[in-house]
Amino acid sequence: MTIDEIQQEIIDDFAGFEDWMDKYSLLIELGNEMAPIDVQYKVDENLIRGCQSRVWLHQEYLDGTITFEAESDALIVKGLVALLLKIYSGRTPHEILASEPRFIDEIGLRQHLSPTRSNGLLAMVKQMKLYALAYEKISTKNN
Amino acid sequence: MVYLDNAATSQRPVQVIERMNEFSLKTNGNIHRATHTFANKTTEAFEQAREIVRSYLNATESAEVIFTSGTTESINLVAHSFGDAFIHEGDEVIVTEMEHHANIVPWQMMCERIGAKLKVIPFNEKGELSMDALDSLITDKTKIIAVTHVSNVLGTVNCVATIIEKAHLKNIPVLIDGAQGAPHFPIDVQALDCDFYTFSGHKIYGPTGSGVLYGKRKWLDQMPPFLGGGEMIDRVTFGKTTFNEIPYKFEAGTPNYVGAIGLGAAIEYIQSYDHSFVLKHEQDLLQFATEKLKSINGLTIYGEANKKAGVLSFNIEGIHPFDLGTLLDQLGIAVRTGRLCADPVMDHFSVENMARSSFAFYNTLEEVEVFYQALIRLKTMF
Repeated sequence: MTIDEIQQEIIDDFAGFEDWMDKYSLLIELGNEMAPIDVQYKVDENLIRGCQSRVWLHQEYLDGTITFEAESDALIVKGLVALLLKIYSGRTPHEILASEPRFIDEIGLRQHLSPTRSNGLLAMVKQMKLYALAYEKISTKNN
Repeated sequence: MVYLDNAATSQRPVQVIERMNEFSLKTNGNIHRATHTFANKTTEAFEQAREIVRSYLNATESAEVIFTSGTTESINLVAHSFGDAFIHEGDEVIVTEMEHHANIVPWQMMCERIGAKLKVIPFNEKGELSMDALDSLITDKTKIIAVTHVSNVLGTVNCVATIIEKAHLKNIPVLIDGAQGAPHFPIDVQALDCDFYTFSGHKIYGPTGSGVLYGKRKWLDQMPPFLGGGEMIDRVTFGKTTFNEIPYKFEAGTPNYVGAIGLGAAIEYIQSYDHSFVLKHEQDLLQFATEKLKSINGLTIYGEANKKAGVLSFNIEGIHPFDLGTLLDQLGIAVRTGRLCADPVMDHFSVENMARSSFAFYNTLEEVEVFYQALIRLKTMF
């Protein structure tokens, strides 16, 4: 599936809920189900600090794709992090750079990506893109 | 919206908004400068606001009331100017463990600049300051003590009168950060005998960007200006500038006079209510909320001092305050979550964040009940 197809799938999953609280319940469920980040990666170098909640992000680049692992101390943020990983992990730098996380806007959770929200999510998306940019440059150089 | 974030900022009554609007629409002119009618009327309204504040604080004279942009500027002004005049290398400044960052950082900056030392009065598990510790912290080198009237996290009403009394035995002046105090009870600076008292307009039903520094004349007269510019001068030549009298010496540039006028209206609004009724109502809200929240399994309340004002901070086991705040907002309830501008308090309890509900006298017991029911509902989601 392409990044866009996965995003559409997520949008469709959320469209089924009319009540706001059900959307959040699903995010909490996703957060609870998410595998925790490996302890060795839950360190300050991987910490993206928001005023309200924290996100840890670790990445590995292998065979042209970037694998991300991440976690947040807040469950709603963790649920959103799980969705971001579903979309961006295991993709090539080019795919990551070419795609915006439009699903967050479309499922009506845009406020979580606003700079004022300070939950670390916006910084996490930026950080993933920065990694992608760095690896894209490296691979162009090597080629 | 059930608004329970009053310790962050309070809602403004229509009387305040109308006073500011009417002023802006009909009489705007810069103060203390020109001879035209608008300027004169503005000056009059501004000075009248100063008199309202003087009377609210029961200060001896209105020259002891300086308009600032808020508590943060007020404390920075004192830390800077008092520091310049009276604090030297090796001297000591005392604050408390429960201060808002605004009553820590300005002192820290000044201490670093001058080479002075910052000392801290700790609080106990109930959230009450240790007076014994204060006794041992005061030395011959102590030059000023800065303490909050009411903790913005714990709600503790500090025994500032005792602290002032102890400090004055050694001729040490005391600054009271009244940002969370002035909104809850009337202040009598003469009875308290505090040397400085600060508060913000926007937490006391007034506009943002307005605030007050009260200071005793004997200190203010000796302190150098904080900012330089217009209004604060007596005579300027390139060789030397002499400065204006207080309060103008500390009000450089065009002040936020619309804000000051709004703040005056806010204080008149508060004064139009029976004070004992307001105090009792706020205590009823706090007591009811405390009882309700205590009945929730896994809920911890931070700060259980014997004397508290309308602030109730808490955590629910297994629920991150960010999630709690987000979901309460979905249910139409506004609370504050995060580190509450008080990192040392977070560290004291070894938590990253807290949720805080804070009450104003326009809140109702029904709203507290709605808040409680929402917490019960949210608990089932985790």
